Amino acid sequence: MPVKNNRLTNEQYEASFSDIHPPYESITAAKVDANRCLFCYDAPCMKSCPTSIDVPKFIKQIATENIKGSAKTIFSSNIMGAGCSKVCPVEKLCEGACVYNLLEEEPIPIAKLQRYSTEMAMKEKWQLFERKPSPSGAGGVRRVAIVGAGPAGLSCAHVLSREGIDVTIYEKESKGGGLMTYGIAAYKVTPQFCEDEVNYILSIGGIEIRYNQELGKDITLSQLKKEYDAVYLGIGVGVARQLDIPGEKLEGVTDAIRFIYDIRTKGYPAVPVGDKVAVIGMGMTAIDAATQAKRLGAKEVTLVYRRTEAEKPCTDVELDIARTDGCGIIWLAAPKKIKGTQGKVKQLVCSVMKLGEPDASGRRSPVDTGETFTLDVDMVIKAAGQVPFEKLVKKYNLDNKNGKIVINENCATNIKGVFAGGDAVNGGKEVVDAVQAGKDGARAILKYLAP
Amino acid sequence: MADISSTFLGISSPNPYWLASAPPTDKKYNVLRAFEAGWGGVVWKTLGSQVKNVSSRYSAVDFGGQRVMGFNNIELISDRPLDINLQEIAECVRLFPDRAMIVSLMADNDKKSWHELIKKVEDTGAHGLELNFGCPHGMTERGMGAAVGQDPEIACMVVEWVMEAATLPVITKLTPNVHSVVPTGRSVVKAGTNGLSLINTIQSVTGIDLDTLVPNPYVAGKSVFGGYCGPAVKPIALKMLTTIAQDELTKKVPISGIGGISTWKDAVEFMLLGASNVQVCTAAMKHGFRIIEDLCEGLNNWMDEKGFATLDDFIGKSVPTITHWEDLDINYHHIAKINQDKCIHCGLCYIACEDTSHQSINLTYGKPYNTYTIKEQECVGCNLCQLVCPVDDCITMEEHRVAPEYLNWVEWQKRGLPLNDH
Repeated sequence: MPVKNNRLTNEQYEASFSDIHPPYESITAAKVDANRCLFCYDAPCMKSCPTSIDVPKFIKQIATENIKGSAKTIFSSNIMGAGCSKVCPVEKLCEGACVYNLLEEEPIPIAKLQRYSTEMAMKEKWQLFERKPSPSGAGGVRRVAIVGAGPAGLSCAHVLSREGIDVTIYEKESKGGGLMTYGIAAYKVTPQFCEDEVNYILSIGGIEIRYNQELGKDITLSQLKKEYDAVYLGIGVGVARQLDIPGEKLEGVTDAIRFIYDIRTKGYPAVPVGDKVAVIGMGMTAIDAATQAKRLGAKEVTLVYRRTEAEKPCTDVELDIARTDGCGIIWLAAPKKIKGTQGKVKQLVCSVMKLGEPDASGRRSPVDTGETFTLDVDMVIKAAGQVPFEKLVKKYNLDNKNGKIVINENCATNIKGVFAGGDAVNGGKEVVDAVQAGKDGARAILKYLAP
Repeated sequence: MADISSTFLGISSPNPYWLASAPPTDKKYNVLRAFEAGWGGVVWKTLGSQVKNVSSRYSAVDFGGQRVMGFNNIELISDRPLDINLQEIAECVRLFPDRAMIVSLMADNDKKSWHELIKKVEDTGAHGLELNFGCPHGMTERGMGAAVGQDPEIACMVVEWVMEAATLPVITKLTPNVHSVVPTGRSVVKAGTNGLSLINTIQSVTGIDLDTLVPNPYVAGKSVFGGYCGPAVKPIALKMLTTIAQDELTKKVPISGIGGISTWKDAVEFMLLGASNVQVCTAAMKHGFRIIEDLCEGLNNWMDEKGFATLDDFIGKSVPTITHWEDLDINYHHIAKINQDKCIHCGLCYIACEDTSHQSINLTYGKPYNTYTIKEQECVGCNLCQLVCPVDDCITMEEHRVAPEYLNWVEWQKRGLPLNDH
């Protein structure tokens, strides 16, 4: 049972990773759905969007064929509105709140409509925002350093640039976009799309990204504080949570972040998968890892989760993708030990769990029954969440909670002039949450810089 | 099963649906297809002097994603040779003897032309004549169509000429391009017309191409006012119909209702306001003749449900309910009520009332769903919230009379009662 790459033909890879939600083919098609929108007042969809996109307005603008206006409505609230239209778990956000659900009718396909306007804007290179001239007089040009070119950092940078601030982003990878580029299933967003999106955001001007610059390695916080008027930390979360079980070092054990990163950076044929793959976890990333392992040619993929379907963190829609892809699911199973021979994974031993009392999250916590079972596998992908950059955060004496940076209501850290937001603060949420955090951070910085 | 067969001026048809004089009725091929589909009758497209048509000819108004809410044409009367039309009319009558065949006419403005045309048409075996006094484009520039219908004296004169020659029943079709259809209606009834039909199309500009800046329909860089019809004109047609159905003189003759009829419900409404039968065009032009099936079935089911055995049982029933404003009961009051179990929290009632009406709806914030309730003391019972609500029967208007007795405006003033307290 080898773990190997190049399992499929190019055509098969192409088919496996093609767009999971195809776009509208024409304005006529988009208008059919746009015209169904009721144009709600104080709309539930808008209130359910972390960035508060004026959904009824942008949809109405599609119906009136004012696509440029529609794109501006979206981007004004969410500069990553194009990417979010592909990766947002809309079933629990805007579309989940659509009033048509209350009529037991299909909700408006908000994400698909949002994609229509935003992709048109990117394709046509519409420049919808104008930079204000740099403030003159006392203080002159303001400069802000942002660490991390992910959704939080880019969103923060765009708001600042619109206000005439010069922004420099330091990014440890060689591409921008953060987890959008490196951490999401390729059938949702392609690497090319991520690059286009970053370029579109940067096209406003006034934002420079310095790639391959890692905080704590290539640059230091004190250096940034000295050279810039303010610093925004949008460093995200990094390391995959360890399972702390025997056998984690065996060949064939990887983590979902690394696995997806490889798919995104090396190309599909280069990434090895096993014949029988176990994925630990049931979050969005676990689903992305499981479905992509299957799409790379794994014969059997099994998701293993220690609670039941009722407590799962992923959405029903995501789970359906995994099921449709033929992934198996084992509920109430916690990994206990990974067994191997000659240094390679052979089996995953799981404890059978049952649900006990509710824990801090309000969900019933899993309790070990003492029984176990064994799965024959040759690859284990760990997707039990990510942990923050605790060492780095502590090194710079940033107030934190288990490595998550603590900020006040003005997005400020305990260090003067240093702000933070996104996954680095919340521990890991959706792209759309990070975009909002970036906006909040930018507003706080503007207030801080105001003479 | 109710009996939906219809008799209009002694002309019988298996149902009250005629195709109006228009492109769908301008040749045998179409008319036979219509009869095969089940239409009760046709009014053959207007015959008169030979004309020449232009290209293009139609334009439309779309609304809310639906095509052809309103329809506009600049086509003239039949541009086919008269003898071919006459021959085809005769063939259609022979092939479908149970269907009504009415022929629309617009002769040149002299008695001789009218008499000659009537003679030829009567020889076809057709059952009736309809005088086109309504076409609002092209023909008017030659003193015909609406140019006749807009002037009661001229209309009267032409009808008198017609009645001298006609042995078949004569229906005069009225133009809506007047401030009231009643003067011409009265004038032609006095002149002897046997029946009336209304409305013809309304002069319009349907829209402008925002690239070329030329209105539609486009004819080599120019356009012209066209005749508007389709669902958009129905309310105007119903109003005009009512005035004819209520006038002491015009109500004495049968009326054929026309104007945006697309469904059996539309047809019932025209008949309730006094039309003995109806004529349809735009709906057929949009969907084809197959719509006749539901037009008949829906009407039949409604009549069964309401206990009407024949069309005459309900024709004109709503005419007396349209009255003068001064006769309305001021003591009648109703108040909106939102059924919270049906409410989908779209907020459309709230914003309509708050921005444009009487601020009579409460908003209680919720995330994501607000709760909306009626401020009963503030509600004037205008219906706006109910009209904009997307859910059937979610908002109902509940009667809360101010006082039990009937009281109208005249009496109100006489008693010196207080004016608006809102």
